[in-house]
Amino acid sequence: MDALRASAVGSVDADVGPRPSDLTLRLGRAGDLPAAAAVLIGPHAMALATVVATDETATPHRDLKVRYIFEPTAPGAPDRFVTLLISVDAARPEVPSLTTAVPAANWHEREMRDLFGIAPVGHPDPRSLVVHDGWPRGVFPLRKHFDGSRRVPVEPADEFPHLVAEGEGVFEIPVGPIHAGIIEPGHFRFTSVGETVLNLDARLFYTHRGLEKRMEGLSPLDAFYIAERICGVCSFAHGMGYCEALEQIAGVRAPPRAQLIRSIALELERLYNHVGDVGNICAGASFHYGTAIGARLKERLQQINERLTGNRFLRGLVIPGGVCLDLPDDLLAVLTATLQDTLAGFDSLIGRIEANPSVVDRLDDTGVLQHQAAVDLAVAGVAARASGVDRDARRDHPHGAFADPDPPDLRVATVSEGDAMARVTVRALEVRESIRLVGEFVRRLEPGLSRVALAEPLPGGRIGISAIESARGEAVHWLRTDAVGRVERYHLRSPSYHNWPAVALAAETAIVPDFPLVNKSFELCYSCTDR
Amino acid sequence: MLGRSLHLRHLDAGSCNACDWELAALLNPVYDVRRLGIDFVASPRHADGVVVTGPVTRNLEAAVRRTFEAIPDPRVVIAVGACAASGGIVGVGYASAGGVDRVLPVDVYIPGCPPRPEAIIFGILVALGRLDARRRPCQG
Repeated sequence: MDALRASAVGSVDADVGPRPSDLTLRLGRAGDLPAAAAVLIGPHAMALATVVATDETATPHRDLKVRYIFEPTAPGAPDRFVTLLISVDAARPEVPSLTTAVPAANWHEREMRDLFGIAPVGHPDPRSLVVHDGWPRGVFPLRKHFDGSRRVPVEPADEFPHLVAEGEGVFEIPVGPIHAGIIEPGHFRFTSVGETVLNLDARLFYTHRGLEKRMEGLSPLDAFYIAERICGVCSFAHGMGYCEALEQIAGVRAPPRAQLIRSIALELERLYNHVGDVGNICAGASFHYGTAIGARLKERLQQINERLTGNRFLRGLVIPGGVCLDLPDDLLAVLTATLQDTLAGFDSLIGRIEANPSVVDRLDDTGVLQHQAAVDLAVAGVAARASGVDRDARRDHPHGAFADPDPPDLRVATVSEGDAMARVTVRALEVRESIRLVGEFVRRLEPGLSRVALAEPLPGGRIGISAIESARGEAVHWLRTDAVGRVERYHLRSPSYHNWPAVALAAETAIVPDFPLVNKSFELCYSCTDR
Repeated sequence: MLGRSLHLRHLDAGSCNACDWELAALLNPVYDVRRLGIDFVASPRHADGVVVTGPVTRNLEAAVRRTFEAIPDPRVVIAVGACAASGGIVGVGYASAGGVDRVLPVDVYIPGCPPRPEAIIFGILVALGRLDARRRPCQG
């Protein structure tokens, strides 16, 4: 705190919040932001968790606000978010850019420029991110006076200026947005010399649906159904993260039985993703036996999801206040038996991958993400842990059953190589750990309430923040209610949002034919990045 | 009997990826739709039709139209999932045109969030009948 005050020219006011363990620092002068961020990242070893802009021009504040939210990175550090809050003049919406010092801020700042018209002064990349060609200048969809239900005319536009290399023998390879397989849309512009990738410029946000705007003004209980559907394979994690943020606002806690059921489902989501991802990595390495086994094991897990919750993606289980389905003992017995079978099948698959030199050769040293790059970009989840970053939101921001006063033991799997093989290894260790954890959660289940009611209207003008370890890594949810308890602003920073720039870096250590393998070894979502 | 076989191009028009993963599941050893003569192909030029997931986002609208136009006629359009069928939770807005039928002529709607693999197979088989009916006049 003293170091922060010493770094600032203007005033620094500290408040507790949003949660009792968190801190919000209001910087009187926006120009102090880079120095304050440097203090948090340097001496305090914190990382950027998310950036949230809000339009408060219609309130007595008559300004825009930007919150830069940081979190500790040291294993065993307390569960805390530190928010640097600055006020932005609506007549001259500019903030100093953090990107050159804090690379993880890059996309956050470009997104804020596209959606709020807040210019990050000194940002090295002037290109749009979220809105694509033909979006009219000076129209900012997340400003409050913009009617989100309105379609906006398409204006004539130049071709998007991709970052490419030039020279003799240098080729440009455009791929997407519509791909050859059943995958989500994105455009990848490779420049290559022969097989070697010189540069990869990935353009995303094709599936930007305006979901954050769509939720504004809704009852938080209705908006939940949108949060649960931002992403298919992160449905449970995102639904749960939204519920935890909303429960903070409402001042309630889901009962212990609900917390355990939520944690069981969160591990089931991790399981079907990790098992399916290992199968798809085999596809990238042309090991079709592994692809088929991975697909069969994943199918079995999605069928058990459906038996437990009525939905193969676990939708419809979590609900604000708890869970809306209980898990009876006979179903839990089926679950336990299925997971034991899955473990045997998965161990056999991993054994066959490791014993197959042609597969191992494709995976070893392919798509290397350096440890320092993973730290600088605040990479999350499997990709971070495979590059030696010891972060896991289940331990660092305890949620579900891990928030219990006597939490179950969690073994966070890390390896240091940072290549595709390392990402397979982390997934393999986590599959075994998830199956062990589900067993532990089932043992801890005791009869009791599975849900508490949330009374409407919800408290007005409150903020909730939560971080959930989804299959892809830490997702940060930020929710604020307006004066009458409706959704004023919701923002999701998905793990994929921080990880996509890392894919481009890793691809630049690979050859073009290995890109599908590199991409599958990260296995990121487009939809929860684009929202 | 070539008409009994259907080669489809997947087109993600802005989906949350749940419907996409269910389409991928159709190729797994459990559903294995290739045994029914159904397959997913890499190019729209090779396709008899398109399976669309998601509402049509503003950022994909041009790509959606161009993919459809690249498919030889006669062609079938199958809208998979609540968003593709009606706009779903996304609806119409600054970033979305709504359901696929706002942009392309849809032949078969498969509801669900997401629809189960069995429902998607059923819908594709419905589309197969539709494609036959359209071809008859051409075959003369």
